[in-house]
Amino acid sequence: MTEQSISLRHVDAREALRLAADGYRIVDVREQVEWDAGHIPGATLLPLADVASRYAEVLTDPNAPLLLHCAVGARSARAATFLAGRGFTNIANLTSLADWRAAGGAWEVPEQLLTPAQARRYSRQTLIPEIGQKGQRRLLDSKVLLIGAGGLGSPVALYLAASGIGTIGLVDDDLVDESNLQRQVVHTVGRIGQPKTASARVTLEALNPETRVIEHRERLSADNVERLIAGYDVIVDGTDNFDTRYVLNDAAVKLRKPVVHGSIYRWDGQVTTFVPFAGPCYRCMYPTQPPEELAPACAVAGVLGVLPGIAGMLQANEVFKLLLGVGETLAGRLLMFDAMNTEFNEVRIWRDPDCPACGDRSPFLAEPATARQEVPA
Amino acid sequence: MSSVRIPPVLRDEVGGQKAVEASGGTVSEVLDQLFAAYPALGARVTEDGRLSRFINVYVNARDVRYQQGLDTTVGPDDTVILLPAMAGG
Repeated sequence: MTEQSISLRHVDAREALRLAADGYRIVDVREQVEWDAGHIPGATLLPLADVASRYAEVLTDPNAPLLLHCAVGARSARAATFLAGRGFTNIANLTSLADWRAAGGAWEVPEQLLTPAQARRYSRQTLIPEIGQKGQRRLLDSKVLLIGAGGLGSPVALYLAASGIGTIGLVDDDLVDESNLQRQVVHTVGRIGQPKTASARVTLEALNPETRVIEHRERLSADNVERLIAGYDVIVDGTDNFDTRYVLNDAAVKLRKPVVHGSIYRWDGQVTTFVPFAGPCYRCMYPTQPPEELAPACAVAGVLGVLPGIAGMLQANEVFKLLLGVGETLAGRLLMFDAMNTEFNEVRIWRDPDCPACGDRSPFLAEPATARQEVPA
Repeated sequence: MSSVRIPPVLRDEVGGQKAVEASGGTVSEVLDQLFAAYPALGARVTEDGRLSRFINVYVNARDVRYQQGLDTTVGPDDTVILLPAMAGG
């Protein structure tokens, strides 16, 4: 007998059940799609095509007893032969997975979180342990509202749609202007003069037909803000004036909606995240707004094209963490970006006990969090 | 001398500089010295001789509102940041 045949043996289902009960580690060398359709609980997935490149990382002890299987024992026999040649000393190869199931071997069918098309499209992010199929499902079920489909809203919208955020709402009553195109990358020359929400929708739907884009072709105001934000999970503030920012802040605190804030001026940007009552709000950070001449809009002061791109990417990053419930957000920190010197700085921001919106005497403290409402079509 | 960071919107008032040096043991003293050296800056951000409320002041990234306000101590190696809100989007 050769050395290889000593370390590798073929076993039927009855024998395999005994080995599994004895603590043999089960290694499934089928493809991901086969695994997704059903597998032995506790087994390790190591597709045959990956065995050569990944075996050392996955199977760290060459003396540990292994029970390999595929569907009918052919692929697993090749994997077993390979491993035996690499010094693995105790490998059993199950010759029929159907027999295993017929003999009452443990079996589980995982919940189908994604369609095969979704699994393909989002594979590069579902591979990330903090996202996985579960996280992707959550993104697909999420609703994000962008206030402003301009400088900040454009990059945010592109990446949210590309990554499979299920519903993106766009609030903007403006039309696409030629001077927008230097930074508002969701719009195009051919759509100058069209409503920004409609123009953005065309781009986003082309990028990801699965994302539902809802146009709110209106200007955010005290009269409509609660209606607009109520149905969404996260709000992205990319507006261009203080009045809107304060109106949004107060309603978001009242309805307990997290707001990802971004603001820009020429070469500089500020980004932070407000989580009502868990951290400071916009009024805590800036209780008083500066006079107009000290806070000009981009149309007056000018802005570097990439600046809202960078700030918007930082905002989009915050959105993903909020939705997935992972990592550290910017809640309690104001991040400042200086494009001229390529410098990031941050300062701590605190929830102000005297804040009229979220302080200790907040009128919204007793307000029950509103139930999630359906987004109007 | 501590370093005072000037927000982009106010840099014209200090000759285009991003940061300027000023001495003083408290925020109040640093600002007095700063506004004496750059009266145009003082005119922009003070009302009746007091710092306007729309300017946030941080010493080493900490908001002086949650320390001793304008009496907050400033050391020679400390960085003072003046920060108004930005509107643009």
